Amino acid sequence: MIKTRGLTKRFGALTAVDGLDLDVREGDVYGFLGANGSGKTTTVRMLLGLVLATSGDIEVDGEVMPGAAARVLPRVGALVEGPAAYGHLSGRTNLMLLDASGGGSSRSTRKRRVGEALERVGLSAVGRRPVRAYSLGMRQRLGLAAALLREPRLLVLDEPTNGLDPQGIREIRELLLALNARGTTVFLSSHLLAEVEQLCTRVGVLDRGRLVMQDELATVRAPTGRVVVRTPDADQVAGVIGRGVVHRDSDVVVVEGLDAPTLNAELVKAGLRVSELGPERRTLEQVVLEAAERAGSTGVLR
Amino acid sequence: MIRVELVKMLRRPRTWVTIAMLNALPTLVAILLAVTDVGPRSGTGPAFLSAVLTDGTLYPLAALAIVLPLFLPVAVAMMAGEAVAGEAQAGTLRYLLVRPVGRTRLLVAKLISIVMFVLLTVVIVAVLGYVVGMLLLGDGDSSGLVSGVSGTSLTGTQIAQRTMMAVAYVTLSMLGVAALALLLSTFTDSALGAALGALAFLIASTLLLTLDAAAALQPYLPTRYWLAFVDLFRDPILWRDLVRGLLLQGVYLVVFLGAAWANFTSKDITS
Repeated sequence: MIKTRGLTKRFGALTAVDGLDLDVREGDVYGFLGANGSGKTTTVRMLLGLVLATSGDIEVDGEVMPGAAARVLPRVGALVEGPAAYGHLSGRTNLMLLDASGGGSSRSTRKRRVGEALERVGLSAVGRRPVRAYSLGMRQRLGLAAALLREPRLLVLDEPTNGLDPQGIREIRELLLALNARGTTVFLSSHLLAEVEQLCTRVGVLDRGRLVMQDELATVRAPTGRVVVRTPDADQVAGVIGRGVVHRDSDVVVVEGLDAPTLNAELVKAGLRVSELGPERRTLEQVVLEAAERAGSTGVLR
Repeated sequence: MIRVELVKMLRRPRTWVTIAMLNALPTLVAILLAVTDVGPRSGTGPAFLSAVLTDGTLYPLAALAIVLPLFLPVAVAMMAGEAVAGEAQAGTLRYLLVRPVGRTRLLVAKLISIVMFVLLTVVIVAVLGYVVGMLLLGDGDSSGLVSGVSGTSLTGTQIAQRTMMAVAYVTLSMLGVAALALLLSTFTDSALGAALGALAFLIASTLLLTLDAAAALQPYLPTRYWLAFVDLFRDPILWRDLVRGLLLQGVYLVVFLGAAWANFTSKDITS
């Protein structure tokens, strides 16, 4: 759905994006992770033809960008660096005007589509209030509604849950998952690991303009083969296991070379107390930090 | 896109505030003239103003002459300066462009909406000038004949026709300012900066017109032929300056709009 080869953008002496090879497949919910200032927004802007690449190729939905922008962009819904609307007009009027601005959308269905988009993001009850009286969360919802206006095949969302409360974040997450289930590919850039972890099927990690990792979330988070035992009797547990212990804390023991059932049986036999026992999975945070470290980064992700 | 730009322009409160303010001065002048009955000595003050005391039907032209040198260009520079920079400032520019609206298309739609704004403003100034002139200063000549600038009489129909031509000429005279402010608007994200830049250019032009040493430059200054619409009321019409004024505005339009296009279509939109 999105493919870039050697995508590079320089602003003067500063290389904002450096040799990016993105690969977003149809049906993905792709999490594009990176610290603030790592080049996420510049990349998103290049994908949409707002910023022109210094070098490299971009392909979106099978066509070359920005050359084919007029054909590609009607199939793409986007939220770039926060929502924007005309403050003195209502949300509904804003969407009507935006839809009427470009070609490729039918005038006869406009009113219905605007109504549906507002309903989807939970703004249908706002009425004629001007956007200037909206809260940040409502503006964010309006921005999402604008992206959904024409049933896009691809959604490009830059920090879509910015400014939303936990309830709103959950609603948006459910909305995106529902859209994805109906075939919409979602490309979501974020600096929030938790958001990406809960939503995405694939992740790419951007660090100072370079893609340091790109993989399926399931692969990244596959069991490591180790077993984590949480126990108040850490010393005794370590004693029973012996050489298999690769890491210990005051109440955690990490074991290698034994599977969970066998380990459990041995600890029960020894009469030791165990509060938790299970296969070790790396968190996305660990994976991202490792990838960033390999790239020699000092960038901080939350 | 053009329709959308027009709707946006007409639905913005600022548009109407600007038009209201533009009309305030000519109305005030009419009231003062009516109350005091003291006109400017002939040959001084804005064109037509000495004539309107005897005939209110010429007041639309006096009103145009009052707003043309300063008020109207200020309003045009504000509108055109805001055109692209304002959208950039509000963040709506990026959403328009990914909608997608072609950049060239957007620029042309903006220019047309500005020209429509000028036309609307000028028509309102003229209509209100007519109403105010008739009410306060009266229809001076019951014969239906009005003396033009040359002293010969013009019929009511002729006056109406020529007033419409004057409205068109004044509108087209603003093209140069509009295109320059639009050009600056594509360079900066500050709407005010673009408007002030265009105004500075006009002030420089006005200043050079009074300077004898700049005589060689004067035929090419954008404000040089602005008041040539007065020539429409000579008998016969004196076309020379009018035609030159239109050609000059055309040249400014082509140059500035071309530069705006070249800049805007190759620009990174980072707002």
